[in-house]
Amino acid sequence: MAHFGENKNFSNPVVNWIDNRLPIFTMLIKEYGVFPMPRNVNYMWSFGGIAMTMLGIMILTGIMMAMNYTPHTTLAFDSVERTMRDVNFGWLLRYIHMNGASFFFIAVYIHIARGLFYGSYKKPRELLWMFGVVILLLMMATAFMGYALPWSQMSGWGVTVITSMFSAIPLVGDGLVTWLWGGFSVDNPTLNRFYALHFLLPFVILGVVFIHVWALHVTGSNNPTGVEPKTPADTVPFAPYVSTKDSVALVFFLTIFLGVVFFYPLALTEVDHFRKFDPMQTPAHIVPEWYFLPFYAILRAFTMDITIPFTTVVLLPAKLQGVLAMFGSIILLVFLPWLDRNPVKSGRFRPVFKWCIWLLFVDFFVLMYSGAKPPEGLPLIMGQLGTLYYFVLFLVILPVLSFKEKNLPVPASISADPGCCKKH
Amino acid sequence: MKKTLSMLAVAAVISAATPAFASEAEVPPHQKWPHQGVFGTYDKAALQRGFQVYKEVCAACHSMKLLSYRDLTQLGYTPEQVKTVAAEYQIPDGPNDEGEMFERPGRPADRFHSPFPNDKAARAANGGALPPDMSLLSKAREHGDDYIYSILTGYEEKPAGFDLMPGLNYNKYFAGHQIAMAKPLNEGQVTYTDGTANTLEQQARDVTQFLAWASEPHMEQRKGMGLKVMIFMLAFCGIMVAAKRKLWADIH
Ligand code: HEC
Ligand code: HEM
Repeated sequence: MAHFGENKNFSNPVVNWIDNRLPIFTMLIKEYGVFPMPRNVNYMWSFGGIAMTMLGIMILTGIMMAMNYTPHTTLAFDSVERTMRDVNFGWLLRYIHMNGASFFFIAVYIHIARGLFYGSYKKPRELLWMFGVVILLLMMATAFMGYALPWSQMSGWGVTVITSMFSAIPLVGDGLVTWLWGGFSVDNPTLNRFYALHFLLPFVILGVVFIHVWALHVTGSNNPTGVEPKTPADTVPFAPYVSTKDSVALVFFLTIFLGVVFFYPLALTEVDHFRKFDPMQTPAHIVPEWYFLPFYAILRAFTMDITIPFTTVVLLPAKLQGVLAMFGSIILLVFLPWLDRNPVKSGRFRPVFKWCIWLLFVDFFVLMYSGAKPPEGLPLIMGQLGTLYYFVLFLVILPVLSFKEKNLPVPASISADPGCCKKH
Repeated sequence: MKKTLSMLAVAAVISAATPAFASEAEVPPHQKWPHQGVFGTYDKAALQRGFQVYKEVCAACHSMKLLSYRDLTQLGYTPEQVKTVAAEYQIPDGPNDEGEMFERPGRPADRFHSPFPNDKAARAANGGALPPDMSLLSKAREHGDDYIYSILTGYEEKPAGFDLMPGLNYNKYFAGHQIAMAKPLNEGQVTYTDGTANTLEQQARDVTQFLAWASEPHMEQRKGMGLKVMIFMLAFCGIMVAAKRKLWADIH
């Protein structure tokens, strides 16, 4: 997408005519045809494309849902139900959109895990990585606001709990919450702005994904060795080799996704999502969607106010610590390229880093478990230890390993790697 | 990693073994329902009997605002039968050309007639408690069908020493063990038109299945389509794997 060089000569005169005026076909061939990919990329490299497909599916089903949706507190719930019951294949639209969000997050979390393990965030891909974090934040905002739209018990109470969090900010907190709500409680103005933003943000994501992929096509893809391609022997053309491999992964992923949509469409949803929002009746368990649980656990891991020693003057209330930690846990990823300065990219050749990252993946599930439970007893302690490890890893272990780790010898090139070209 | 996994397992066991609080409802026993599972379909005869129970008993208190009479054709009723059922109700309509509100017999396109004009009226008639709308009840409760069946069959004498508030009834499956709904179903309450024995359990099972259908009327269409989609996708997976193997064979 960067610079096109000279135009190709196409045998089809119409294609040629267009390409001489707008070199779109030249660009497509360069970026998606002959584009060199490391020949040793494994299936973990397919999840970016899968995430992109999910984004497309979400936008398509979302627009069709919007055609039948009414953003008003008294009508929203019933309009969604009407879509399910009275619109042709409306139930399919809704179940795809509802479960699609979950599968979008599954794809993106695997995509990020791949980037972490193989050091894809390191030079020269720092900006590419940072745009990725921006996408993650936008996705979270979009999913959160989308979940509000059916105006169910979970919608209304989820919005109440999460927006109230901002009241922890000193001085401006309460004013900020009123401003977010558009009033003095979670009500119609809140729903209206969430709808407007939920419609808008996916297109912003689309724009950032474009930049993300543009940056990718400048640096090229990383690979399991973390060694940049050096000769043509290290690469294969994107089409048909990697495109076909990506399609295998995509088709398997979609099969599982559709299996859930058609046979277990409610498996990932709370029962209270099928009750209308009632501001007078708090549900027994207010639980966010599974993909927010690890961060929800970090939010609730902080239980002690920090006071000036020997006084009762509160410096940093527990609630504010939680809010800062939760946002910090994601913002911190922006700085990862500078927290981990070990010159070796791939976890394969970093014996200590490898286990620390695996432990981070386990930690993610520990935090998820903790976030799903009431914040007391063992789940709370698990959440606190999990939070501790998360921050210690990024802020202490990785900086230290940057200089102290004894890396294994790195292959001279991709094709020189003994694991590169065996049959798989 | 193994250690962490076993720690997780221990945590799960501990949290499952913690005794429920006294006020927490008992977990409803699990039952087999014909509409469960990948191949499960609704039992139409049971749905028709369940509709009869709803119409003759529950409809006195519980609304079903998301359903229309025409939806009943899915239970196997003919359009004529549905017209007759709808016409039994007086539906508020208007204003007419004189500006007056009026009532007219129901039509298949009308939503189910609600027993009360609004929630306040429903509460007033039920000692302050609101009978929830039933259109989505089985999807909106933990343990769905098992829960509804258990509530209907779970009325008992209160245990000695249990402090039951006046006007409430003891039911161990309801949160807090006291429910404002008096025992709605009794042995032999509804006389089935198809001659099925009207035990309490039979009536409870039938109305539970009717409510399951009401909350998910497209389930059969969904599963039927899903089966075809799955067969297609699995074949697609196979073809893609074969194509990829063939393509990559020459570059290894
Ligand atoms: C006399 C009025 C009345 C009738 C008839 C009636 N109910 Fe109820 N029902 C209520 C009220 C009131 C409540 C709310 C109870 C409470 O909140 O304590 C209720 C609650 C329930 C609940 C529990 C819902 C929850 O919130 O978890 C179920 C299940 C239920 N009814 C099913 C039925 C079924 C099935 C029938 C027909 C066989 C029926 N009811 C008939 C008044 C009635
Ligand atoms: C809407 C969500 C996203 C979409 C659609 C998307 C799309 C893509 C695509 C198509 C690729 C190329 C294929 C691949 O290498 O996997 C890619 C690469 C990459 N993405 Fe994303 N992405 C998304 C979110 C993210 C996030 C949240 C991050 C990190 C926080 C991220 C980090 C990266 C990195 C580092 C690469 C290059 C990896 C490498 O070559 O090793 N992406 N992305």
